[in-house]
Amino acid sequence: MATNQEEVKLLGSVKSPFVCRVHIVLKLKGIEFEFVDENLANKSDQLLKYNPVYKKVPVFVHNDKPISESLVILEYIDETWKQNPILPSDPYHRALARFWSKFIDDKIVAASVKVVHSVGDEKEREKNVEESIEALQILENELKDKFFGGEEIGIVDIAAVFIAFWLPVIQDITGLKMLTAEKFPKLYNWSQEFLNHPIVKENIPPRDPLFAIYKAYYDSLIASK
Amino acid sequence: MATSDLKLLGGWFSPFACRVQIALSIKGLDYENIEENLNPKSDLLLQSNPTYKKIPVLIHGDKTICESAIIVQYIDEVWKNNATSSILPSNAYDKAIARFWVSYIDDKFFNSLRNGLFAQDDESKKKYFDELEEVLLKLEEVFNKLSEGKGFFGGEKIGFIDIALGCYLSWLKVKEKFTGTKMFDEAKNPGLVIWAETFSAHPSVKGILPETDKLVEFAIAMAQRLAAAAAAPPK
Repeated sequence: MATNQEEVKLLGSVKSPFVCRVHIVLKLKGIEFEFVDENLANKSDQLLKYNPVYKKVPVFVHNDKPISESLVILEYIDETWKQNPILPSDPYHRALARFWSKFIDDKIVAASVKVVHSVGDEKEREKNVEESIEALQILENELKDKFFGGEEIGIVDIAAVFIAFWLPVIQDITGLKMLTAEKFPKLYNWSQEFLNHPIVKENIPPRDPLFAIYKAYYDSLIASK
Repeated sequence: MATSDLKLLGGWFSPFACRVQIALSIKGLDYENIEENLNPKSDLLLQSNPTYKKIPVLIHGDKTICESAIIVQYIDEVWKNNATSSILPSNAYDKAIARFWVSYIDDKFFNSLRNGLFAQDDESKKKYFDELEEVLLKLEEVFNKLSEGKGFFGGEKIGFIDIALGCYLSWLKVKEKFTGTKMFDEAKNPGLVIWAETFSAHPSVKGILPETDKLVEFAIAMAQRLAAAAAAPPK
């Protein structure tokens, strides 16, 4: 069980929505940890040692035992530190939470990444924007309470930090509109509530530097086409 | 233990449906197995999995659960029974490792196998099967580490990773038939060679994996359909 002698490390990068998920949960549960800022253009030996399979962030290290993949990390943290749970206790609702978290990764994050990278290919881009919108609609229909987790934020909300914070940045840079208040009123309201949540508010990266990094990346993509 | 309100919407050819069947078998659960044709997709499938419209779907009373890895965890959590029939490890770190490798298998293994089997040209086929070989080398390492010489990825008993990978054994036999090369290279994957035997012989697995000949026929028909679709003029 968690004690004061725990050694908790998060290897990550401020610009990563996946790292942000872990960051939010650690703060939500009041867990002390060391953040290791990884330069993804020059990955540390530590990162390569702890995540040889994917060589990606986030990597969560608890007493020298590493775990990779943000959703796997989130479940591990929830099982190890029981305060402020982010997963429901009953198996059916846990299955639903897992389903929607995975949906966000497989359908929404994936489509958004494709939207960004399909710059220059109008037909491909249109298709990817369509996919993105379809996926957002499905999530819009699913949202029944203040948060996906009910009255309090849960794993699905935290997984969806990408939608609340990163997607608007992508939209501003590309000029494309996917998540709008008109098209998705529930999801839009959710994103405002989520971003104003006391823990989330303090633990999302500053917008301007993030925008600058992503804009530079996007400009380089355009230049390469 | 037995329950009459469990239904599995699956397909005999689907490795994902096999996962669920194996999990239900481990727990000794009775259920109604509904064969989904997929062509066209049944109303039941469209209603119970509107998001993906895919099998398997577990219907438990009035609840529907989708995505095979999620279903297996659901089954493990609802029917906790006793330690001898648990599918996921009990300790949080080991659970995380199991979940990581199952996710890896779904991401890397499945895509390489499927893309390789149905690639339209030889160059692509080689690329995907080379990828698959890399994945198998990795999984051999994982097996050696996690099994601790006891036979399964789950150690002494069949576990989450065993089920997630083992469900593909019949499809790997299809690859054997299609390519003429053994599914596991005895020199590079000696551990997996033995594991495949042990897994297939497990009482909870026997009778669930589809017969190779039947699956080969199915795969040939599927390859033909995909080739025809690829050759068809764009709509």
